[in-house]
Amino acid sequence: MHAAYPAVVAALLFSVGVYGVLARRNAILVLMSVELMLNAVNLNLVAFDMWWRDRLHGGQVLTLFTIVIAAAEVGLGLAIVLLVYRNRRTIDVDRLRTLAEDGASRTRPPDGDDAAAAVRGGEGSAT
Amino acid sequence: MIASISVVILLPFAAAFAGMLLGPRLSDRLRPRRPAGEAAETQAAAVPGGGPRATGPAWWRAALAAERSPLRNGPALIACLPVAVAAVLAAVAAFAVWRAPGTRTGTLTLIETGSAPVEVGLRVDGLSAVVGLMVCCVALAVQVYSVAYMAKDPRYSSYAAFISLFTAAMLLVVYAADLLLLYVGWEVMGICSYFLIGHHWENRANSRAAVKAFLITRLGDVGFLFGVFALGLGARSFEIGEVLARAGTLPDATVTAAALLLLAGVAGKSAQFPLHTWLPDAMAGPTPISALIHAATMVAAGVYVVARVYGVFLEAPAALTLLGLLAVISMLGSALAALAQDDIKRVLAYSTISQLAVMAAGLAVGAWNGAVFHLLTHGAFKALLFLAAGCVIMTAGSNMLRHYGGLRTGMPLTFWSMTVGLAALVGVPPTSGWFSKDAVIEAALHTAGHGGDLAPAIPGAPTAHIPAGAAWLVYAGLLLTVAVTAAYAARLWLMTFFGEPRGRYEVREAPKAMSWTVAALAVPSAVLGFFGLGADELRPHLGSAVPALVLAAAGAGAAYYVWNRDPAVDPARALGPVRDLFARAFRVDDLYAAAVVRPVRALARRVVTVDGRGVDAAVVGAARGARELAEPLRLPQNGNPQTYLTGLIAGIVLLTAGAVILL
Amino acid sequence: MTGHELIFTLLGVVAVGSAVLVVTTRQLVHAALWLVVSFGALAGGYLVLTAEFVAWVQVLIYVGAVVVLLLFGIMLTRAPIGRSADLDSGNRWVALGVALATAGVLVSVLVVGFRDAYLPLREGGGSADALGSAVFRTWVLPFEVLSVLLLAALVGAIVLSRSDVGGPEQAPPKRAAQAKGAPEKGAPEKGAPEKDAHEEKELTTKRGEG
Repeated sequence: MHAAYPAVVAALLFSVGVYGVLARRNAILVLMSVELMLNAVNLNLVAFDMWWRDRLHGGQVLTLFTIVIAAAEVGLGLAIVLLVYRNRRTIDVDRLRTLAEDGASRTRPPDGDDAAAAVRGGEGSAT
Repeated sequence: MIASISVVILLPFAAAFAGMLLGPRLSDRLRPRRPAGEAAETQAAAVPGGGPRATGPAWWRAALAAERSPLRNGPALIACLPVAVAAVLAAVAAFAVWRAPGTRTGTLTLIETGSAPVEVGLRVDGLSAVVGLMVCCVALAVQVYSVAYMAKDPRYSSYAAFISLFTAAMLLVVYAADLLLLYVGWEVMGICSYFLIGHHWENRANSRAAVKAFLITRLGDVGFLFGVFALGLGARSFEIGEVLARAGTLPDATVTAAALLLLAGVAGKSAQFPLHTWLPDAMAGPTPISALIHAATMVAAGVYVVARVYGVFLEAPAALTLLGLLAVISMLGSALAALAQDDIKRVLAYSTISQLAVMAAGLAVGAWNGAVFHLLTHGAFKALLFLAAGCVIMTAGSNMLRHYGGLRTGMPLTFWSMTVGLAALVGVPPTSGWFSKDAVIEAALHTAGHGGDLAPAIPGAPTAHIPAGAAWLVYAGLLLTVAVTAAYAARLWLMTFFGEPRGRYEVREAPKAMSWTVAALAVPSAVLGFFGLGADELRPHLGSAVPALVLAAAGAGAAYYVWNRDPAVDPARALGPVRDLFARAFRVDDLYAAAVVRPVRALARRVVTVDGRGVDAAVVGAARGARELAEPLRLPQNGNPQTYLTGLIAGIVLLTAGAVILL
Repeated sequence: MTGHELIFTLLGVVAVGSAVLVVTTRQLVHAALWLVVSFGALAGGYLVLTAEFVAWVQVLIYVGAVVVLLLFGIMLTRAPIGRSADLDSGNRWVALGVALATAGVLVSVLVVGFRDAYLPLREGGGSADALGSAVFRTWVLPFEVLSVLLLAALVGAIVLSRSDVGGPEQAPPKRAAQAKGAPEKGAPEKGAPEKDAHEEKELTTKRGEG
């Protein structure tokens, strides 16, 4: 099998993951996109393990490790997301603007209104 | 001798600071133990302020209390006693100089400057001895008078301290042996004058008058300072004796320039045309201040300096001629202005300008002795006139002549003293003013008659020559001034003391500390002239005395004639249409306002505008521009991690692509 | 194109296509379901590449655990069920550009770089037997280190999830406000974090054993 097939699929998956990370607002969707990128890496690892005919199966073992680490990452990531949700009543990443400088309020949408809207939206969806 | 003279200068100087710092505390220490109620009442009467204008029963009580117990007044004690001691010492020094004439100099210390050294030294000769004595006596009189006059003033201690400081500065000018040392005293006088004119600064007009006086005299002082530099650098010494000795060897241009520059300072300090406008406004200060500063001493400093460096002026006939012309303009113009003034203090202020111009004219025509003699007699009778005017003002509660009338019977001491003073001002024989003015007129006639050749004033001094026309002009101006002076003096006298009372006030004599001071000053005003009989050029001459007397009688007679027709109205009404012009002093103030004040104000406004819209706006605009420019740069830093990550990955991709393509 | 390549291409198209749907769909739950499809197709790809053990682990952990966990997250954050219009941020077009550039660079580099590379696929290369012996012989030390890492992640997840551990000043005011605003929802919400932590603990332990 030509090595380009898995490589191209992995590259495309990775790019789709990149798009998801950069374009999605919902933190859980961002986490999903990260999973996509990790899987693209896994595919590469497996394919090149086959290419090298590695007797120690380093690529595949590393894939297993990656899967485990990805699972732990998802667990921690979700915990963080839930914590953020509990504190802010929103998990939209583009509304978490605490990194911004305080004086930059002219270019920033009014925070208080947004937060209030998020709270209202959250309650509405819950009921 | 020099040591005692330095004590004379230092005593008022120390008194100034001691009075400012310790005066009120001394008052507290000296306050007698009394029952509580009475003490409280005295205190309440002593504290409320507002100056002597705020007359009333409370003020009278306070003034009488202060008069009763001047020994319990701390600032007054600190102010009066050192001046009294200084006066005694100055009298001793003057006596010593009289017994053994000659110049005594002494150097206290020498300040090396690299070029001409500055010598902190004193010089006592006939001129400085008598003028110093005059200054001490007038200052003492004014201090004693002020104890009663300013008794109710809340800032009396600072007032007395400034008078002491002023006295010290004037004495420094008089006794200084070095031009720069003289200049130090000259400037200290200027600043004291500023503070004292603005003593009642609560009134805006007073502080404006103080600023005006300060600015105008400062204008002249700049010229004076440069004149001192020119002389000192030309003669390679600032020591007055050296300068006078080398004046003849200096180039003509240097001497003329220096004399003209000095003349600017003299005109500013002595209120001569065209820098005279500050003096009438300076009458805003308390009346004793007018007596001390603006009549007897500070304005005399200008004339004194000319007399002091007279040798330099003799080498510069152009400066002498200019001095004579300015003097003629000043004496005649201000005498006419005095004729139409309503305010008694302004009448006296214009007469001061006029009399100072007489001295200046005397110096211009070579009557050195006459001018100095007139300086002394004028110091006596003008201080007398101002202090007597203070008594009148205190009684009547007004400065305006039209509010007076019939004060003769109520306050005889003031009346007779003021009569003597006015007689001296007019030049009625045998008062002091007659002798001194006659000496000046005689010298003018002599110079005019000799085609402008000055009589040798000081034995051995070089003779000088001024244009004969200028000398004749000075002579004519002096005679005319005598007539106008008689007229305005008669008007003042008649309107104040005769006729019917025109105000509702109780006519009574002023407190004793004031009225007896005035009476004491009347003595030298009356008899000082006889001291001049010892010198040949100071004796009266028939040729000059008769026309002057005739003219004076004519002026006074005219004033009496007009007044006698209707004693209830102002004789100045007879002037008709020119009265307003005279009252405004020929509109010189208006001219200055149009020529200087308004353009300067407009310029200042424009500068403010330029500063606000140009300089300031540029600074503010730079800051705002930087912020506006930074706004787009700040746009990506919006706190959204996705944006940051996008930029990061885009950068990595670009780097990778670049690396792939290029490598 | 061999049969392997054909099958792999089809699976790859499914994987990439469902991945694209994951990042473009308007419904959160659908995204999670498309993720299952994508991961399943990838597991098929692993099978084609003869890595059968990795393929099953992929199915077990990713499809079985991770996606379920993500669905729990969706549920606990009260995400709207159904279409929601605002799942994409304003950054989308820039992100698309960056992603396309990434894809372009990666694909071109890989295609050019591995033009002549062929994978010699043989059976047994990825069997449980072979991998098991590799893990527990050669890679046993990293394996143990990884178990420590998992333990740390477990503790971390618990600390993050429990509201009574991280200091009282964080959550209580919010909760009080919430309780005041909607008193009827107080009870379920209080229960939620503990249950969540419990779930997570279970899942993580299971994975650690696997």
